[in-house]
Amino acid sequence: MKNMTVFPVRRFRSPAPGIHPPHLYPGYVSSVKRAPSHALVSIPQTLSEVTGPGFQRHQLKVGADLTAQGHGEPSGQRILLSGRVLDEDGKPIRNTLVEIWQANAAGRYYHAVDQHDAPLDPNFIGNGQLLTDDEGRYQFKTIRPGAYPWRNHPNAWRPAHIHFSLFGPAISTRLVTQMYFPGDPLLPFDPIYNGIRDEAARQRLIARFDWDTTVPEHALGFTFDIVLRGRLETPMENRL
Amino acid sequence: MTTSPKTDPLLGLAAAQTVGPFFQIGFEALYQNDLTVPGLKGRLVTIRGQVFDSGRLPVPDAVLEIWQANSFGKYAHPEDQQDKPLDLGFAGFGRCPTDAEGRFGFRTVKPGPVPSSTETPQAPHINVSIFMRGLLDRLVTRIYFIDEDSNRTDEILNLIDPTRLPTLLARPIPDEADAYLWNIVLQGHDETVFLDF
Repeated sequence: MKNMTVFPVRRFRSPAPGIHPPHLYPGYVSSVKRAPSHALVSIPQTLSEVTGPGFQRHQLKVGADLTAQGHGEPSGQRILLSGRVLDEDGKPIRNTLVEIWQANAAGRYYHAVDQHDAPLDPNFIGNGQLLTDDEGRYQFKTIRPGAYPWRNHPNAWRPAHIHFSLFGPAISTRLVTQMYFPGDPLLPFDPIYNGIRDEAARQRLIARFDWDTTVPEHALGFTFDIVLRGRLETPMENRL
Repeated sequence: MTTSPKTDPLLGLAAAQTVGPFFQIGFEALYQNDLTVPGLKGRLVTIRGQVFDSGRLPVPDAVLEIWQANSFGKYAHPEDQQDKPLDLGFAGFGRCPTDAEGRFGFRTVKPGPVPSSTETPQAPHINVSIFMRGLLDRLVTRIYFIDEDSNRTDEILNLIDPTRLPTLLARPIPDEADAYLWNIVLQGHDETVFLDF
């Protein structure tokens, strides 16, 4: 037998059923031709799954202030969007990349494919990047996005949302999600939001209005904490 | 899988949602389909392919992310404790959107073998995440190389139905040196094997 070295692989917990939406969700019409028909094949987490890309400050090309991308202030309600990125055990996920993108206040994306008849804003692109701090905190300054129509079903409107992309420590923790606003009357009708079966998991994607981060005379504060997969207690051994 | 009981309740996980059709706005700053750097050790390869839906129509609005080890089989990550060299400047991460014909491509180095939980190292592979409008959650899979003998003993490949396994194998492109073809079929005949971990 070869002389082998043993490496601990610090595996992640599996998500409880009902938290992540299924790939096939017929209410979301474009899932029908794109969702796999076979079941996913479960594999053990190896070194490949418990590692993942890390990013450094010099790689970031976009700031965390989405209101400062043009020559003037964008239209709309200025907001401060703050929160922490944590694992399931409440440990902060430090120095991890957060990317966001969103529509402008009128509900129009700065994108060639978006043909919605609402005005573009010359002072708003709608993208942001940052790395979380040592407590896992992040803060973006932006404007509150508008709702917009889409063609999923007759008179379909997406609730106002901000797209979030997170990495965490490994490809196992990679997550793309959307943040919604409290009290949005469109939420009960949105097939993307309602693709999440677990009621508590749906509620967790709604930011909360926060007086503590609201800046007098300037911007409303919203808080949105994001929890990524935590570790199992016992590592698995990998060998080479 | 065994989970040890915790005294404190776990915090609730954030659920996945689709990237939608406009991810370019947020992702473009880190588009990178050439992972190579000057002085990179190993065999440089190009991997190209197309993404297809159930009707075999190309998917023009998908984005792929790859994560891989270097040619020594070492990940640029603090939890890779193997005594193997890193390549300066090689991060092992790539991100590429599909074009109007559903095409993507990466220029990179063929990864080396990495540890497994068995007595045989894993065959060279590239880890892939796929995001697109229509997918409420990402899909994950792996690219292996068809001309690699160690595929036979790979821990992960041995978990896969042999009739579907070829969907994970990148094949040399005739008349093009060091180029491989690897397509993704989301649904239907020759549907790609997607993984969960």
